[in-house]
Amino acid sequence: MAEMITAAAAQVRVNGDEREVPAGLTVAGLLEHLGLHPRMVVVERNGEILRRDTLDGLRVEPGDAYELVHFVGGG
Amino acid sequence: MATLIADPITDSPIAGAAQADDAPLVIGGRALRSRLMVGTGKYRSNEQMVRAIEASGAEVVTVAVRRVDLDRTKEEGVLFHLDPRQYLLLPNTAGCYTAGDAVRYARLARAAGFTDWVKLEVIGDQETLLPDADATLRAAKELVADGFTVLAYTNDDLITALRLEDAGCAAVMPLASPIGSGLGLVNPYNIRTIKSRLSVPVIVDAGVGTASDAAVTMEQGVDGILMNTALAEARDPVRMARAMALATEAGRLAYLAGRMPRRERAVPSSPLAGMLD
Repeated sequence: MAEMITAAAAQVRVNGDEREVPAGLTVAGLLEHLGLHPRMVVVERNGEILRRDTLDGLRVEPGDAYELVHFVGGG
Repeated sequence: MATLIADPITDSPIAGAAQADDAPLVIGGRALRSRLMVGTGKYRSNEQMVRAIEASGAEVVTVAVRRVDLDRTKEEGVLFHLDPRQYLLLPNTAGCYTAGDAVRYARLARAAGFTDWVKLEVIGDQETLLPDADATLRAAKELVADGFTVLAYTNDDLITALRLEDAGCAAVMPLASPIGSGLGLVNPYNIRTIKSRLSVPVIVDAGVGTASDAAVTMEQGVDGILMNTALAEARDPVRMARAMALATEAGRLAYLAGRMPRRERAVPSSPLAGMLD
């Protein structure tokens, strides 16, 4: 059973937490999977800020570390 | 010509709009209609925040950069409530204690695609939230080199302010008093000195607590004020925002008008001649 999950899933780090996500997602697909609107989120992958217009073409790789940020209230 | 902004409550023109007898505040090549800038933090509701910002007449509105809470993705960021076409968003680097962190936050904010402006803030002490001048200066140099329009939050210290200007900051933002303190302008001398020596706009940021603080601050001749807590923690933020708009404008007008001299003794304002026996 664990093998089945492994086969279909990729282990990534998102905002500090380990997560299993479906294998083969694009970064845009990852955002969709997490319920996020790509226009509202900035993606940093493995320390590199990704341009929004590239998210559709980039694959999520196992072991990636993502920081997903947005604007909140502040002074 | 002055463009007057309609007050959302009374529909009458409100202060904070550019005055015909005053040059507009220009930062990074952009002319601003209001000298009052406001934050978006700590409001009791998003609706209250939006109404307070409208009442303030502010064009520049600060926001913070934070991780999305993946357990609460239904709660959209602040941009869901503020139209970036209506307001000039000023992302801050609040919460950063190193130059490197501040640069990283600034770059993340710019990647959102709304603006290359950043309110650079590098804190040096958790208790007082006072800025780290050295780290702020290093971050400012890096961000200016990277093409940012940098508005740098700093102490009310002339030497630091001069160095930030030399580093290419578009505006320097000395504090009136510590962030969130509401103590008002504690050192008008330092603020006047900074204003008298800098060529870039001086925007007093942090410490204003109520309308009289805003007026006193603007009377020093500075180019603008940024505030957040004074509005968000007021019992009635929308009404306080209107008060701050009026006070900012009043202080500016009083500065331009030039105050009467202070005297130790009374001087009658009615003629002494012509009194009845």
